[in-house]
Parts: sequence; C-alpha cells; structure tokens
Amino acid sequence: MKNRLKVLRAERDWSQQELAARLEVSRQSVNAIETGRYDPSLPLAFRIADIFELAIEEIFLREE
Amino acid sequence: MAVCWTPAAKRYTRRLAVLMAIYLVTLFTAVWLFRHDQVSAPLAWPLAIAPAIPVIGVFWAVMRFIVEEKDEFIRLLIVRQCLVATGFCLTIMTVWEFLQNFELVPPGNGGFGAAFFWFMGLGVGAIYNKLTMGTAGTWS
Repeated sequence: MKNRLKVLRAERDWSQQELAARLEVSRQSVNAIETGRYDPSLPLAFRIADIFELAIEEIFLREE
Repeated sequence: MAVCWTPAAKRYTRRLAVLMAIYLVTLFTAVWLFRHDQVSAPLAWPLAIAPAIPVIGVFWAVMRFIVEEKDEFIRLLIVRQCLVATGFCLTIMTVWEFLQNFELVPPGNGGFGAAFFWFMGLGVGAIYNKLTMGTAGTWS
C-alpha cells in the first residue's frame, strides 16, 4: 500500500525516531511502513491518523 | 545509529543469557561425570537429559518473545525468523536422514542435533529479514 507518511513527517519536521516515539513503536517500524515494506494493522493505522490529525485514507492510498 | 531494544527484546536477551549459562554448566558437568565414570545407573538418565532442559527453555524464551513483543513489525520479523529457522532445520535434518538411510554418511550426529540447526536457522532468518525487510530485528 502507498502512503504519504514521509511527506507528512517532513512537513512537521519530525525524524523517523520522533514519529516512532509518538507512536510507541520502533524506528524500524516507521521506516518499514514509509518504504512500503510493511502495511500497518488497522489499530496502528488509526494511531498514525490520530497523530497527524487526518483520516486514514488521507495517509494511506489504494494501489491502482 | 542508536541501538534500540524493545522491553520484550531486553527480557528475551536476559532469559537467553541465563539459559545459556545453565546450559554450559549442565553440559560440562554431565560430560565430566560421564567421562570419569562417576554416574550411577539411576542418575544416568536425568543427568543426560539435564543439558536439554535449558535448550528447551530457549524455545520457550523465543515463544515468549513473540507473545510479549508489543511492536507489531518487530513481532512479524521474529515470526518470519522462526519460520525460516524451522524450514532450514527440517531441510537439513531430512536430507541428512536420507543420506544416513542410504549409508552415504556415518550414523550419529556428532552432537549437532535439530536444536543446533534451528538456532543456525534463526541466523539465516535474520539475514533473510535484513535482505527483504531492510532490518534484521530490534537493532540495526
């Protein structure tokens, strides 16, 4: 699944480590999600959406 | 890059260190007693099994690691590592068994049993994770 995590993070000037701390996950998790190697579970996707104050579909995009 | 250990990974490492210490003590004790004919018949079985108990403990520690790890991505990496280890171990043991059945290799395993190859397989699994997922686990 594609996502806008890297862009959203850059807009807020957050490092991967900073976002990971806010999400209470490892930096490796953030990196794996950003690079599309790993699709988060629905609860984690909701946590990401809450932190960015956006809807899930504004962060994660359907693959065409 | 900073090393980042999750609480579950720290617990796993501590358990592993304790179990490995127990393993070394029981193994060297059993080997020494058997070599010096210090073992009476009723004690032989429990003493021979004693080094296996901490090894079984390591299987338990790995399973607890999977259960206790809160980070879902790290948990996925551990599960993948265990699956690769299981496949690796079963492959080696199956091939070896057939080679022994056709008497192409001598019987016995020289002390390298299924557990040894499963632990080796964990290493192979970590390499597989690094190559396919970009990280081997809780650090790197």
